[in-house]
Amino acid sequence: MTEDEDKEIQRLLKEVIRSVDRELRLDVWPAMLRRLDAPRTLVPWYDWTLVGALSCWLVFFPEGILHLLYHL
Amino acid sequence: MELLKRFKQGDIEAFETLFRQFQAEVYGWIVLIVRDPGVAEDLTIETFWRIYKARARLNTEAAFGAWVRRIARNLAIDHIRSRRREQELSEQSLWVEAPDSALCRETHEMIERAFRQLSPKLQAAATLALVDERPYQEIADLLGAPVGVIRTRVFRAVRQLRKQLERMGVIP
Repeated sequence: MTEDEDKEIQRLLKEVIRSVDRELRLDVWPAMLRRLDAPRTLVPWYDWTLVGALSCWLVFFPEGILHLLYHL
Repeated sequence: MELLKRFKQGDIEAFETLFRQFQAEVYGWIVLIVRDPGVAEDLTIETFWRIYKARARLNTEAAFGAWVRRIARNLAIDHIRSRRREQELSEQSLWVEAPDSALCRETHEMIERAFRQLSPKLQAAATLALVDERPYQEIADLLGAPVGVIRTRVFRAVRQLRKQLERMGVIP
């Protein structure tokens, strides 16, 4: 590959990809605070109950894994 | 050091101080990779959100800046990866054609398509080296790889682009 060929690719890329300004124009701390204050997604208690029951079932009946995988 | 210890203990004021100290730098790294100011702002917040969540694991003896940079870089590269997948599905253009562009729209789209086919790491290295003309050492620091690896990535990007563009008939 020659230097001229490299330059050609470089020229084409410069035509297509815009240059960007690295400067941050606004303070994003308020947005960060909103993110920190956003309520956490809580898993409802009945989901935990279901997971517990399923785990117990798989402990006592391990062959059930195949049935479970089939129905998933 | 004291500031980092306070941050590790969950002190929100310490977090704000660190945020204000690093936000412009983090944004600057991310925007160079993702090329979209809006996305870069979101990823800057996401970077600090992850830092905040992982504060208990923070090693106060190690360089905080390097840790922040690694998280920001990974998020930016992951973003290019997901954008690449989305674009493969939607075939929509993210880059705006420059008004003074000498290329016709069709050629523009073909170059864009060829560029999108590069891996995210090749895209980032090629953009920084060929479009922004950043020094290799700076690119290496930004992308967390040795200079030799960056040179290889740029070389591979140019070679793959050339092959694609020849196949598309954009270049002879």
